[in-house]
Amino acid sequence: MSEVDAARSWRRFDRRRRIGRFVGVLAALSVFVASWRFLDTGITNVETVPREIRDLLTRMYPPDVAYAPEIVDPLVETLHIAALGTLGALVLAVPVALLAAENTTPNAVTYWLGKLVVTVSRSVNTIVWALIFVVVFGSGPLAGAVAIAFRSVGFLGKLLGEEIEEIDFGQVEAVRAAGASSTQVLLYGILPQVKPALVGLSVYRWDINVRDSTILGFVGAGGIGVQLFRAVNAFAWQSVSMILIVILGVVLASEGLSASARRMTR
Amino acid sequence: MTLDVTGLRKTYESGDEALKGVDLTVDGSETTAMIGPSGAGKSTFIRCVNRLTEPTAGTVELDGTDLTALDDDGLRAARRDIGMIFQEYNLVERLTVMENVLTGRLGYVSAWRAFRRNFPPEDVERAYEVLERVGLADMENKRVDELSGGQRQRVGIARAVVQQPKILLVDEPTSSLDPETSNTVMRLLTEIAAEREVPVLINIHEVDLAVDHADRIVGLHDGEVVFEGSADDLGDDALDRVYRGGDPPESREPTASESEAVIEDGAANDSVVRDGVVSADGRAPDRSTSGGS
Amino acid sequence: MATERRSWRRPTAFGRREFKWAAYLAVVGFFLWSAWGIGADPARIARGFGRGLTLLGDFLPPEATPRQAQRIVDKMVESVAMAMISTVTGIAISVPVAFMAAENLSPKPLYYLNRGFISLSRALNAIIVAILVVKAVGLGPLAGIITITFKTVGFFAKLLAEDLEDIDMGSVDAVRATGASPVQTLVYGVVPQIIPRFAGLSVYRWDINIRTSTVVGIVGAGGIGSVLLTAFNRYSFQYVSAILVAIIAVVLVAEGVSAAVRRRYQ
Repeated sequence: MSEVDAARSWRRFDRRRRIGRFVGVLAALSVFVASWRFLDTGITNVETVPREIRDLLTRMYPPDVAYAPEIVDPLVETLHIAALGTLGALVLAVPVALLAAENTTPNAVTYWLGKLVVTVSRSVNTIVWALIFVVVFGSGPLAGAVAIAFRSVGFLGKLLGEEIEEIDFGQVEAVRAAGASSTQVLLYGILPQVKPALVGLSVYRWDINVRDSTILGFVGAGGIGVQLFRAVNAFAWQSVSMILIVILGVVLASEGLSASARRMTR
Repeated sequence: MTLDVTGLRKTYESGDEALKGVDLTVDGSETTAMIGPSGAGKSTFIRCVNRLTEPTAGTVELDGTDLTALDDDGLRAARRDIGMIFQEYNLVERLTVMENVLTGRLGYVSAWRAFRRNFPPEDVERAYEVLERVGLADMENKRVDELSGGQRQRVGIARAVVQQPKILLVDEPTSSLDPETSNTVMRLLTEIAAEREVPVLINIHEVDLAVDHADRIVGLHDGEVVFEGSADDLGDDALDRVYRGGDPPESREPTASESEAVIEDGAANDSVVRDGVVSADGRAPDRSTSGGS
Repeated sequence: MATERRSWRRPTAFGRREFKWAAYLAVVGFFLWSAWGIGADPARIARGFGRGLTLLGDFLPPEATPRQAQRIVDKMVESVAMAMISTVTGIAISVPVAFMAAENLSPKPLYYLNRGFISLSRALNAIIVAILVVKAVGLGPLAGIITITFKTVGFFAKLLAEDLEDIDMGSVDAVRATGASPVQTLVYGVVPQIIPRFAGLSVYRWDINIRTSTVVGIVGAGGIGSVLLTAFNRYSFQYVSAILVAIIAVVLVAEGVSAAVRRRYQ
């Protein structure tokens, strides 16, 4: 955009935009004040916050390096949960995506079914899914993996479905015209077109799932969260900070891995 | 082998009547070109033959089998015998040339073998031969999205031919190609069809290409057949009927002289004729992209 | 020539077929190890889902006594209020953090410090942050506000910093060349360039914050989450599903509002 253009549109929309912006900011501030009053938290309470947080951070330092070996097993379990959860989500998400895409869904009922699955899965947080599956499977990492899978189905199904809606239907038609069965049409007409998205989204979701798996332990669904919760309850702050550092490392590593894997599949 | 279409009608959900009862027989190994302005129903007709578009009424018989009466499995089996070549090539862009050609054999292998790309050796051999025939030897491992338009259409032809079809349906094969490539592609199509003794039905809006390459010409206007005969019979009046629905032409003079040129010496006056048709059709030959319907 | 049969195999992206199989084997091996590691044998999964179906009957239909319904409403309002406050405070804090985390505007030590802060905020799940904050400042919505604010800063400051790094330095220089002070440079050269994205991102983050505010209560940081956990602990599953329906509804409304506002603004 050239600066001349910017200047021109700026002049034209200035008044309306300014008023809109002003109203927006005003609304945000009044909601802010109203919310604050409603919560009745009080100012004095807030004033002590920096001191309390500083207290906590001082107690965390230095991290207890000797504690590290005890974290390895739960950490590996966390990675297992993330991997299996993603795999399960992927298996479930492909049919969901086919249902939730306008051009591949068999009829209106299946379309809305697809949308419903996507919406419910996405609106319920991982930890809530974990609460549910701990009831179903008993506490342990299996409940965690299933929770991760159920949470990810919506994400993958939605984005994959959008990708399917974008495909070139001519290619699908050509495969069908050669006398291919519907499975073959899926394999030759649709799959090649969505494969980069499929790989990219799965890897991306896996990366998110690594992060999400770290909290499952709080409701008894396995992973490093169990260890962390135990350390917090025992006020073993130096162990807590060690665990946090390890989580940070793993999350950053998986983020880097996921980013480079997505760059590779074009 | 005979394709026998009777009373074919297609009314779209929007209420558009694309085909208003078309009768057509294609047999032997002749090349039939279907000409007509855009919107005449050419594409709809071809797509109704293998039921990519469901016809509203009428029958399509291929060697005595009524395709319109088949269930899903029967239709799949029947489609194996109908090779189709598309305007926009419709190749699976992210697959290799060989995979695209072998798509033509999908009707004969299981989904599992198809998934593993494990086609019978004779299919692979046939695919190699066809690729050589269309001039794409040693290109089998290239991805289709690396190819030029002319090369893509050759892959499209190879994919249809490797089916060993009983008939080839060709939908505007040249409208995405430049004039020179168009000519080569048309020649290749008709030659291959002759070698394999397969009849070809080609939709085309460029009259000169139709005249040059087809044995027989069918003119479609507004969903009805208004001309049927050899290229030589395609005179001035016939073109009028096809492109203007028989209304008296507004500019009689230039069209007449150009159409005479077609009759006298079609090949030598390519560009003139093309211009004439373009003015009738209202669009430029090498930029036009949309087909009949 | 026709007698000799040629074979064809699909070229592989791995260069050599052996590498491809090794890679596939490694992936499958990892998943098997994962499955074994978390004790996911098919029988147990099947049994779990069987039990799940029975449990589904306990969850349906959603039901809440008038008192419970009142409690859902009260706590839901608390959640939304937390989200509102945290969005405003979070964005307010994000702005300076973003400027300090923009490579082109900030001195190196400050840049690394703020980038580190952003990474930390993004890597730690809201639940983990909430647990620590609850330990520091006690139970209640204040802990939730701090948690969500912290998460907002990580998200917002990162994107804002990236925007700042992408701005057209030409027009910044132009403003500076007129003899403007650093603050004036900021206001006239930088701010106009990032305002449009800023508004869209704010609404988007508000939407995410609503989601987060419904779960932090599970670890005692205020909002509807605490009610959900209590309901789970008392095995009153119909009440649980009533709460879940409420959460899904609120999340959907927030998503709809956010999508509509963003569409309008673009």
